[in-house]
Amino acid sequence: MVSVVSVMNGEQPAKQPAAAPVGHARGHSLTVRNLVPFYGKRQAVRPVNLDIPPCQITAIIGPSGCGKSTMLRCLNRMHEMVAQARVEGTVWLDHEDIYAAGVDPRLVRRKIGMVFQHPAVLHTRSIYENVAIGPRMSGITRRRELDDLVEHSLHQAALWHEVQDRLKHPARMLSGGQQQRLSIARTLAIAPDVILFDEPCAALDPIATSKIEELLVALRSDYTLVIVTHNLQQAVRISDRTAVFMIDRDAKDYIGSLVEVNDTAEVFSNPQDPRTQDYISGRVG
Amino acid sequence: MISSVKASAPRNYRQTTTINLTMQTLLVVATLLAVAPLLWITGYVLVVGGSALKLSFLTKDYEAPELATEGEVIEGFPGVEHQGFERDERDGPNLDFVARGGVLHGIVGTMIITGLALIIVVPIGLMAGVFLAEYPDTWVTVVVRFACDVLTGAPSIVVGVVAYVLLVRHLGFSALAGSLALTFLMVPTITRTTEEMLKLVPMTIRDAATALGSPLWYATFTVVLPAALPGIVTGVMLAFARGAGETAPLILTAFGNHTLSFDVFGPMHALPLIVYRFTDSPFPSEHTYAWGGAFVLTMIVLGANILVRVVTAYTQVKGR
Ligand SMILES: Nc1ncnc2c1ncn2[C@@H]1O[C@H](COP(=O)(O)OP(=O)(O)O)[C@@H](O)[C@H]1O
Ligand SMILES: [Mg+2]
Repeated sequence: MVSVVSVMNGEQPAKQPAAAPVGHARGHSLTVRNLVPFYGKRQAVRPVNLDIPPCQITAIIGPSGCGKSTMLRCLNRMHEMVAQARVEGTVWLDHEDIYAAGVDPRLVRRKIGMVFQHPAVLHTRSIYENVAIGPRMSGITRRRELDDLVEHSLHQAALWHEVQDRLKHPARMLSGGQQQRLSIARTLAIAPDVILFDEPCAALDPIATSKIEELLVALRSDYTLVIVTHNLQQAVRISDRTAVFMIDRDAKDYIGSLVEVNDTAEVFSNPQDPRTQDYISGRVG
Repeated sequence: MISSVKASAPRNYRQTTTINLTMQTLLVVATLLAVAPLLWITGYVLVVGGSALKLSFLTKDYEAPELATEGEVIEGFPGVEHQGFERDERDGPNLDFVARGGVLHGIVGTMIITGLALIIVVPIGLMAGVFLAEYPDTWVTVVVRFACDVLTGAPSIVVGVVAYVLLVRHLGFSALAGSLALTFLMVPTITRTTEEMLKLVPMTIRDAATALGSPLWYATFTVVLPAALPGIVTGVMLAFARGAGETAPLILTAFGNHTLSFDVFGPMHALPLIVYRFTDSPFPSEHTYAWGGAFVLTMIVLGANILVRVVTAYTQVKGR
């Protein structure tokens, strides 16, 4: 992997296309430039500049309402599904501007998948069908191919052994944690490069949470992961990098902003921004 | 001082207790006043209409009233004596006329006319409901929603007159014209309930579908509509009940027909028409048709509603 650091240290970089963000030998990166989401006329977050490195877990932390979800939803063009919502600035997936004219947001979302706090599993459909829904949508109809995809995705989501003899059973039979892993399998089945998680463990008990965390760590070697979390320990446990969003108490507009990005260990042991310091020591948020 | 629950009552305790009691009483009385007419009407129809019910009433169509034969017991119904035609004792019971027919033609007619209307209305109402709920608001949605609300309150006789002028004057009285008139009254119900039910489906489901790269129509038809199905079916049933009970538009379109008919291009009878035509029949025994018709109509609407409740409850239990 070629990182910005190695380039700066004078090591020979792989060939880079001019102007486009730095490319990587393995995995896929996101580059956020001057991103400003709006709800109607209201600005939701101050301009965000953020590099999300490939095959790492980037945690996004911060108090409620500071725009974490909004920012995350801008990364795969989900934000614009909200009525009146729009985005300024850009996001690059590797060398491709996903907000460029002519880019179909539906195709972007197939490359950059998303998992929500609420698993939104289809309760009446079978476990199998819940995973197959994405591949079916992309026109895969051959039974064998679907079977293989479903099995592979469930394996990846560490759910296969718990459900392999009841694939035809309705998904409502699964526990909350299993449903969340099912929703991860559903996302994996469309083979994304990047997966965004919006507080995936917020509704889960500690045991289910630790299973999801193990799963994320295992997925890191093949996927670029971004996770919004309220749980600071979770960020420390699993993430490589941490981005901190805060609402400025002095500003009267209550618009959140990105105040600090760094390696997770660095953010928690040696925060550069006083607001981060207050937040992680429990004085705010 | 010894602490006591009683002594701790605030100064206005009595006052608030009295007000509370008064309000409760008022609410109960108001509820009873509101429900009483409903129970009274339904009960009256069920008791009086139900007594008219024999098997032949459901299997025969209209038969002209005949003089009762010597010694025949006139199976009147409790309503006859009270319907204004006082029978003279000197006429003797045998001089009365007997209504021996039934309302089969009305049952069949109501099913055909309302059924046909449903076939036309369900796809249109569903699509319109999806359009209102799932697609962004523009001036078109505003106009459609407004038109629906206006139609909901439109006097049904007006719809009948319009159908009469546009269709019947050129093509003659027909069941089909009746169905088309009913569609105008049924479409707003289905459209608006579909819209409301779709809006109740949690955003999380749509979000999940969108995040998989699903186009809007795919998510709507495979995920969102099925989730809202029980509510939508209820809307369809409400529309059916409304259509089955309408009289005014049918007077000017389907018109009525004393014999059993399956020809949708010709006049056809329907249960509300039977009720309308026979309540003021000069033959008191024919009032049986009106009461019995009202009874059967009530039963059909009630039965359909119960059936749907049971079916949706069953699929919900299976589904959730
Ligand atoms: N659908 C919406 N419409 C309008 N404003 C919204 C909507 N969703 C969120 N917001 C606003 O955007 C800001 C950021 O919200 P959000 O991204 O949900 O914060 P977080 O996920 O960090 O709790 C808040 O001020 C919130 O009120
Ligand atoms: Mg959030």
